[in-house]
Amino acid sequence: MADNFFLPQASLDTLFAALAKDGRRILAPTDRDGRTELNPVDKPADVAKDYLQTILSAKEAAFPKVERLMSFTTGSKSVDLVDAEPHALPTVLFGVRPCEASGFRALDAVFNWDTRDRFFNARMEALAVIGVACTRKDDACFCTSVGGGPGSTAGSDILLTPVDGGFLAEVLTEKGKAMAALAPEAFKADPGLEKKVVDVPVAFDQPGLTRRLKDRFEDGIWVEQSLRCVGCGACAYVCPTCVCFDIVEESDAKGGHRLRTWDSCGGHMFTLHASGHNPRETQAQRWRQRVYHKFSYYPERYDMLGCVGCGKCTRACPVDMNLQEHLAEAAQA
Amino acid sequence: MTDTNIYLPHLMRIAKITEEAPAVKTFRLEFMDAAAAAAFSFETGQFGLYSAFGEGESTFCIASSPTRKGYIECTFREAGRVTAALADKEEGDVVGFRGPYGNRFPIEQWKGKNLVFIAGGIALPPLRSVIWNCLDLRDWFKDITIVYGARSVADLVYKDELKEWEARPDVNLVVTVDPGGDVPGWTGKVGFVPPVVEALNPSPDNTIALVCGPPIMIKLTLPVLAKLGFPPEAIFTTLENRMKCGLGKCGRCNTGSSYVCKDGPVYTLEQLNSLPAEY
Ligand SMILES: Cc1cc2nc3c(=O)[nH]c(=O)nc-3n(C[C@H](O)[C@H](O)[C@H](O)COP(=O)(O)OP(=O)(O)OC[C@H]3O[C@@H](n4cnc5c(N)ncnc54)[C@H](O)[C@@H]3O)c2cc1C
Ligand code: SF4
Ligand code: SF4
Ligand code: FES
Repeated sequence: MADNFFLPQASLDTLFAALAKDGRRILAPTDRDGRTELNPVDKPADVAKDYLQTILSAKEAAFPKVERLMSFTTGSKSVDLVDAEPHALPTVLFGVRPCEASGFRALDAVFNWDTRDRFFNARMEALAVIGVACTRKDDACFCTSVGGGPGSTAGSDILLTPVDGGFLAEVLTEKGKAMAALAPEAFKADPGLEKKVVDVPVAFDQPGLTRRLKDRFEDGIWVEQSLRCVGCGACAYVCPTCVCFDIVEESDAKGGHRLRTWDSCGGHMFTLHASGHNPRETQAQRWRQRVYHKFSYYPERYDMLGCVGCGKCTRACPVDMNLQEHLAEAAQA
Repeated sequence: MTDTNIYLPHLMRIAKITEEAPAVKTFRLEFMDAAAAAAFSFETGQFGLYSAFGEGESTFCIASSPTRKGYIECTFREAGRVTAALADKEEGDVVGFRGPYGNRFPIEQWKGKNLVFIAGGIALPPLRSVIWNCLDLRDWFKDITIVYGARSVADLVYKDELKEWEARPDVNLVVTVDPGGDVPGWTGKVGFVPPVVEALNPSPDNTIALVCGPPIMIKLTLPVLAKLGFPPEAIFTTLENRMKCGLGKCGRCNTGSSYVCKDGPVYTLEQLNSLPAEY
């Protein structure tokens, strides 16, 4: 059971200072040139006001856009390998929405089934999440259709829900308790506050969709829905649960680094064989893969969905593909 | 728990290079680290990721048999960046290796059966590992037939081993080249693999068929095997979906909920029939 407290607005300063004193970096949504981004902040005043979500996702905190997997130096008849240590700074992710906080579960499923990914795990161990529940939404949001909700505690170590004069603070995990213990004076007794969050109506029947996908592979809707898709991959790059990556090399004559970067199944090179054969030749096949991976293959393989309904992909798409509408259509008989 | 770096390759020395065909080479590789060598084992059908440091990694099957200890072999064709860099290497040079990855051919389940190997072009390497594995356990199996086709006589790989198999009384070897790919003095067959298999007419009774080749060859050979009466569960092949991690994480080799790098590369036709045809 969560421990509930009242966290007055002014106490955020105390909490931030205590976290910083403990040597933790705080990442929070900030406004920069009209965009909301995750950036390191020093004080609550740096945090964006009235933001809906950041444009990119919080996954970067555990799975950066680019990271080094190893380095090497090359001699004439020799090679020296240098193992790469993950740069896992103690970090508090402040102010992410419940959808994104729960997105780390989908990353964890991939990074830790069978073999364990050191880089992801080191960052996750060093990461604590203070989520903030939603009092606003937009048309792209559909968390309630995929098992989440604007007040969902999943993935947060502490969840804050805005109330008059501050927040209802639910301390949910050991990591949450440890953070709260750094600034006990910030957390006041809960006077029995009611948790009020925005209403996000359910847009489609997800179990029905997942069942329906089983026999809809050859359906024409994937072609129709994807006619506009330009395969830019923006949807994957902003997505908190997309985990597909590339491994590339950066080098000169003396040596170099092997790097991991984000990638997207929407790109036509993603599955291209060196022979020229491509198992997913058309954009329709790649769009279908995106939908099936998240709503059919994830449930089959990891017993969870690969989507948290944050709507970032819909907001980022340059040609206005609307995931929620497309899923609602696919769920229909 | 501190995790080890699963992406870190072993260093291996190229002990021997064999030129197989135009732009096709075989490397014999030996671990540089004795502990890594001692800890290593693999099974037939598995693959690895081979590094040309500075260019990246490339996926090849392990083409040698697990019954031959102390080294592994890979045979590759120059196809792009990494394979070009590997092709530039000389004996004594160092490359990287991660593996073994993937599943395996269940050869112990084939005891007492006939085996028909059907390979096209540069896809003999994965079958060569099984062929030698089975020949080293020869008394487990009944008849062993190998059908191998290449575009031209020059494109045939493992030319010395073909001679060895040809000479063995306990192996039935049929080598064919595409029409026009023959040279004066060619004593093998001329014709594409599927009709050659059809003419050979192997009995499906108590027989396992293994098919590896370019997608078009596989596509045309499977109906022939079906016509001959081979059931889907007796036909094995390997998928070669593009790979990056080999560990079921990067998402690239995904077909349906199957990761070719983990659940494959070995599949029966029965298994393939239950997957979306994205391979
Ligand atoms: C399980 C498995 C087993 C396999 N086993 C074998 C095997 O035993 N033997 C084997 O030979 N292959 C095998 N393959 C295929 C092998 O992995 C590919 O052929 C190989 O990875 C190609 O790597 P590359 O880096 O050289 O090509 P890439 O550089 O990745 O080339 C990809 C494509 O880009 C093109 N390209 C690359 N660089 C350039 C450039 N500078 N300019 C223009 N075009 C360019 C290439 O022509 C090619 O079409 C296997 C694959 C799998 C998945
Ligand atoms: S697919 Fe779209 S809605 Fe679902 S988690 Fe990714 S970005 Fe959010
Ligand atoms: S963002 Fe839109 S256009 Fe770009 S790949 Fe995704 S769906 Fe296609
Ligand atoms: S190669 Fe990365 S998931 Fe299979």
